Amino acid sequence: MSLKIKLQTGSVCVCVWVRCAGAGDQNLFTALYGSLTQQLPREPMEWRRSYGRAPKMIYLEANFVQFKEELLPKEGNKALLTFPFLHIYWTDCCDTEVYKASVKEDMQRWQAALRLHGSVDWLIAVVESDNKKKNKTNILPRTSIVDKIRNDFCNKQSDRCVSLCDPLKESSRSQESWSSFLTKLRTLLLMSFTRNLGRFEDDMRTLREKRTEPGWSFCDYFMVQEELAFVFEMLQQFEEALVQYDELDALFTQYVLNFGAGDGANWLGSFCQPVRSWNGLLLRRPIDMEKRDLIQRGEASLLDLRSYLFSRQCTLLIFLQRPWEVTARALELLHNCVQELRLLEVCFSPPHLWGIFQTCLGCFWATFGACFRHLLGHILTMFWAYFRQVWGVFGPCLGRVSGVPQSPYKKLKEALSSVEAFEKHYLELSHAAMEMYRAIGRLRSARLLGKSLAEFYMRKGDPQSAENFLLDSLKSYVSESWSLPLTHTRKQIAECQKQLQKMDEYLQTSALLASDTNLSEEERRHFCQEILTFASQTAEDARVALSMSSVTRLQELCFRPSSALVHVSAALLLELRLCSLMPVPVTLEHISASIHFTEEQPGSTAQKRAAQNPDGTVTFPAASPASASALELCEMLEHSPSDNTLSSAGLACRNMHLLMRRNDSATSLDTPNTALTALALEDGAQMLRASDVTLSPGNNSIVFTSQKPGVYTLRQLCATLGRVQLVLPHLYPVVQYEVYSQEPQLSIQPLTEHLLAGLPQQVKFTILTGHYSVKKGDALQLSNTDSMPVLHSSTRSARILSSSAELVAESALSIQSSEKVTSISLPVTPPYHTLEFLLDVLCHIPSCPARMESERLTNGQIIPQKQLWLQQSGCRVSVDCPWSIYSTLVSLTFHVPFKVKHSLLSVGRRKFIQVCLQNVSDTNFRLTNQTLTENQHTPSLELLSLNTTTHSQCVFSVWELRWSGVSPVSLHCEFSASFAPADAPDAALKPYRYHFTLERVSTLLSVCAEIRPAEGEQDCRTGALCRLEVSLTRLSEPSDSDEEYSDTDGLRTTRLLYEVIDNNSNWAVCGKSSGVVSMPVAAMATHKVHMEVMPLFAGHLPFPSIRLFKYLPHHASPVIPPDTDSCLENDSLSLDDQAETASLRSRGSVQSLGSGESAQPRGPMPKRQAFGPGQVFNGTQGQQVLVLPAADHHLMEVNVT
Amino acid sequence: MQTAIMIVANYPLYIRSVPTQGELKFHYTVHTSLDVVEEKISGVGKALADQRELYLGLLYPTEDYKVYGYMTNSKVKFVIVVDSSNTSLRDNEIRSMFRKLHNSFTDVMCNPFYNPGDPIQSKAFDSIVSTMMVQAF
Repeated sequence: MSLKIKLQTGSVCVCVWVRCAGAGDQNLFTALYGSLTQQLPREPMEWRRSYGRAPKMIYLEANFVQFKEELLPKEGNKALLTFPFLHIYWTDCCDTEVYKASVKEDMQRWQAALRLHGSVDWLIAVVESDNKKKNKTNILPRTSIVDKIRNDFCNKQSDRCVSLCDPLKESSRSQESWSSFLTKLRTLLLMSFTRNLGRFEDDMRTLREKRTEPGWSFCDYFMVQEELAFVFEMLQQFEEALVQYDELDALFTQYVLNFGAGDGANWLGSFCQPVRSWNGLLLRRPIDMEKRDLIQRGEASLLDLRSYLFSRQCTLLIFLQRPWEVTARALELLHNCVQELRLLEVCFSPPHLWGIFQTCLGCFWATFGACFRHLLGHILTMFWAYFRQVWGVFGPCLGRVSGVPQSPYKKLKEALSSVEAFEKHYLELSHAAMEMYRAIGRLRSARLLGKSLAEFYMRKGDPQSAENFLLDSLKSYVSESWSLPLTHTRKQIAECQKQLQKMDEYLQTSALLASDTNLSEEERRHFCQEILTFASQTAEDARVALSMSSVTRLQELCFRPSSALVHVSAALLLELRLCSLMPVPVTLEHISASIHFTEEQPGSTAQKRAAQNPDGTVTFPAASPASASALELCEMLEHSPSDNTLSSAGLACRNMHLLMRRNDSATSLDTPNTALTALALEDGAQMLRASDVTLSPGNNSIVFTSQKPGVYTLRQLCATLGRVQLVLPHLYPVVQYEVYSQEPQLSIQPLTEHLLAGLPQQVKFTILTGHYSVKKGDALQLSNTDSMPVLHSSTRSARILSSSAELVAESALSIQSSEKVTSISLPVTPPYHTLEFLLDVLCHIPSCPARMESERLTNGQIIPQKQLWLQQSGCRVSVDCPWSIYSTLVSLTFHVPFKVKHSLLSVGRRKFIQVCLQNVSDTNFRLTNQTLTENQHTPSLELLSLNTTTHSQCVFSVWELRWSGVSPVSLHCEFSASFAPADAPDAALKPYRYHFTLERVSTLLSVCAEIRPAEGEQDCRTGALCRLEVSLTRLSEPSDSDEEYSDTDGLRTTRLLYEVIDNNSNWAVCGKSSGVVSMPVAAMATHKVHMEVMPLFAGHLPFPSIRLFKYLPHHASPVIPPDTDSCLENDSLSLDDQAETASLRSRGSVQSLGSGESAQPRGPMPKRQAFGPGQVFNGTQGQQVLVLPAADHHLMEVNVT
Repeated sequence: MQTAIMIVANYPLYIRSVPTQGELKFHYTVHTSLDVVEEKISGVGKALADQRELYLGLLYPTEDYKVYGYMTNSKVKFVIVVDSSNTSLRDNEIRSMFRKLHNSFTDVMCNPFYNPGDPIQSKAFDSIVSTMMVQAF
């Protein structure tokens, strides 16, 4: 009769009410009861369910209860577990009479009672016994009791009546009937169960729908639904049981929330009572009946209800083998409870919460032990953290709650008894929680925890312990760029460091905070003031170096001039653009840039200055998280060293070392504490310095200047502010500038392409002052030379140009000239400037021109090469410069603008002198007044001018030379002419003189020749031999020195070599073309030579040239010239002449070959010597002879049709 | 009721919180929640089937807040912090909010003038977040 809930059996225990007919039947059932209860749950039944839920196999277990009418559940009783699912009427009546007399009546009464209670699930079991049957044999089997009962009660449901055959016997028949009975019983029970459960659920839903009605109680409803949960639990449908509890949970939560929203329900009043104590819950007990009773009575508090609900949920979760969910839900429960207590405005004190935790934790360890620890790790950790957090809340209430003694937990009581104990527990908890966080890899959470622990320490006045926690969490915020937490943490650190009196660190942190835009202006001012105050203190302590990057941002560096290349003492402006992040203007005593000097050659570092833009600016990258991780790629081309072909091309990442760095070990540049150690100032380094600089908030620009020669690299920046130095330890990208030094230089250059002698010419003096500054009174001393005087000009002025070729000044130039030197006083010129001025100089044309290269004046050939006739005249000027003790030698080359040429022309004995004066320069000249004089004033010598006055660029003048008496041996003549530039007036005419000497003027020999046709011929014809008759006539006796005489038979003779050559290939000379003749030394002595020539062409042919030479026998030759070409060999009269043309040379190749052969026996050899230009008059020059074509033997027939 | 939406690529790209003065607290909360996100991602890595799910669900509850997470394929995290007492927002609403945020975030990323890694300053994005917050909270 008692309520029996069996757990973990998986069977549903239903209530079966039994009614037995008569007292004897009671015994019958008692006999069957044992095996019935045992065998009923043995086989499972398929449980089909409504609402499409999946069928399940379940075991049925029955609880048999004696039928008592007064105990039948009243209408509306929803107790599912005590509900009579099936009524069985047992009878073993086998006598019709007995049946009719009593049993039937009893059955009818039973049925009526059932009907009254609306129970439709019933069964009549008739037990047939063989023993009894044997006794009453007269009874026909057709009209058995079973049939009768079926007739009477089961109108349509014949299955409601079952007969059992002797169940206590072991016969097969009885076994069969027993098992079919059991099956029937199970089926009917399940049918009833399903129907009743469905009805129960419907009723429950109806009840739930009524929740808005007044008077509805959650507690009542709770009981109803929990019953359903129990049933499911019994059926091992834990999932569904849990759903019931979850639904209850949700419903309750909703109510609380609604309450919070102002929609309160009456029944909630009971939950609003203040929390006095909470005794936790024990998960070891499946059902906490105490609490259940409280709920049933409507006296439970919020925490009671929550904890009961939770304990039930936990139990089911554990059955479901999901213990981790228990922990998750526990945490949720804790949060929920706090929320709900707040919502319900329940007054509670922290120890009650503590109770909750204690319970939960207690139950966890009790329930799960260590076996689930790995599964629970995360949630447990959060649990601890939360636990800790709540514990922290206790701190302030310590005094108030110290009197709470009700807590059943010893530890709590102990912890709350004194501040020390509390703190000890709090720290223990905190460290435990942090360690747990670390263990599960939640480092950020651990650090946050550490930070709050630090706050605790700070409150306690223990900054020493707090510092490390703060720094640890700061590191994490820095590395992940979380600016707001970073600022907050840094502020805490500042406070901590201040308390610890760590001034260096504190100032560094203050600097960072002063420039932190996340802070308010006021806070920033405060931190800035902290630095300034410290800076202004005078103390012996060493200076404090702070990272400049925390208060300023280096934006740009600008060089002026933009090349970053200046000469010594020039102003190199280095403009530094700094953005001050300070909230107030800060006056720096000075700001200096330390520079590193490298003794590299200027210009060699151009490639290093890649970061410098052409306009001289260097932009410093702003440090931002995005740009820090950007790839810096550059192109890489590799050329093979041998042939310079491209061997590989690729991309290289320049900042790989930054990107590949491990993240956790990375130290950000922003971290002040690591940067501080690197703030070592480079001592003894050279500095660029700017004093009294005020950095106002925002952009500033600072100008430096620089000086000594060399290549400088900017290394550090350092700003001094009292005791505080702001240091920027590294400058990246590399910034370099060069300062160079230059020696002064003087150069003199012509203004035109060529300087012309004889005319005033302008030369340009350029002085690069270099490092020398031209002072007042400095002068250039030019040593005068006769050939090149400096012309004075009053209006000369000098231009002073700056190094960038800008005109700075123009000043007059004064030139003083003494006998030896010309002194040019220079205007004052600063260093590294250019001084330019023009000077007029004149180079006299040398009166005796350098000896010309041998030209054949006699045959009139001119080699037209400009180099030949543009005579040069070098002129060296020695200049004494004020900056040097040595003289500077400057050589100027002047070109003589004229070419002059004289020649002696003869016509028989008459002599003419021709002088040709030719302008070879590009300037147009006027040439006039040509005169020729004889220097020695030889009497009886007369020069007769045959000229007319001309003014052309080229003047040919001819004079006839006449003399009487002895012919002059040598004539020293002077030709003079006047010249001026073509557009100049007559006054500008300058003389030009030309001296020359003529020797052996008189004609010694005259050569005549005649060409006649061969004998019997009228005319000379091509291809026919002609006779050439050359007659040599001595016109005058030579002077002693002139010729070599030889006495032959008392007759004085000279030996002459004649030569007939035709250079134009008009003639073929047949036979001997040359020969030696002896000429008597007597006036008018004539010698004739005959030879044969053959004209090769027809027409007026010029005569072949006939040349005469003096023939010097070997013994008479004082000097043997080594020139083999001029040698005469044996009797071979083939001669080579230097001046002979190539065509002749080719003909004479045989001879030259011969000369090669006979080169060995060289002895004294005859020599030929040319006559002077006027000594031989050749009458054949210009003479022609008519040659007719050869007689035509070939007839050409011309037919005209 | 305190609420915040934060977009984080390990460092904050965007934050919008109501009321604004509680921002610092949100920063701390969201920063800590990255722990859970990392944990969840490493967990997801094991179960390949879940990889397409960008919504990470409730990261962790605290007494005052519920923190929800979402991570794009480019590992940018969206975090929504909701007051614990706000029960009107269910999982589905949060999920759709994240989806909306993601769409808008994608638009921001498509802007050729946006520098990846910079804080988001798009007005369009701002207004979408504003309307979302007005609607949801």
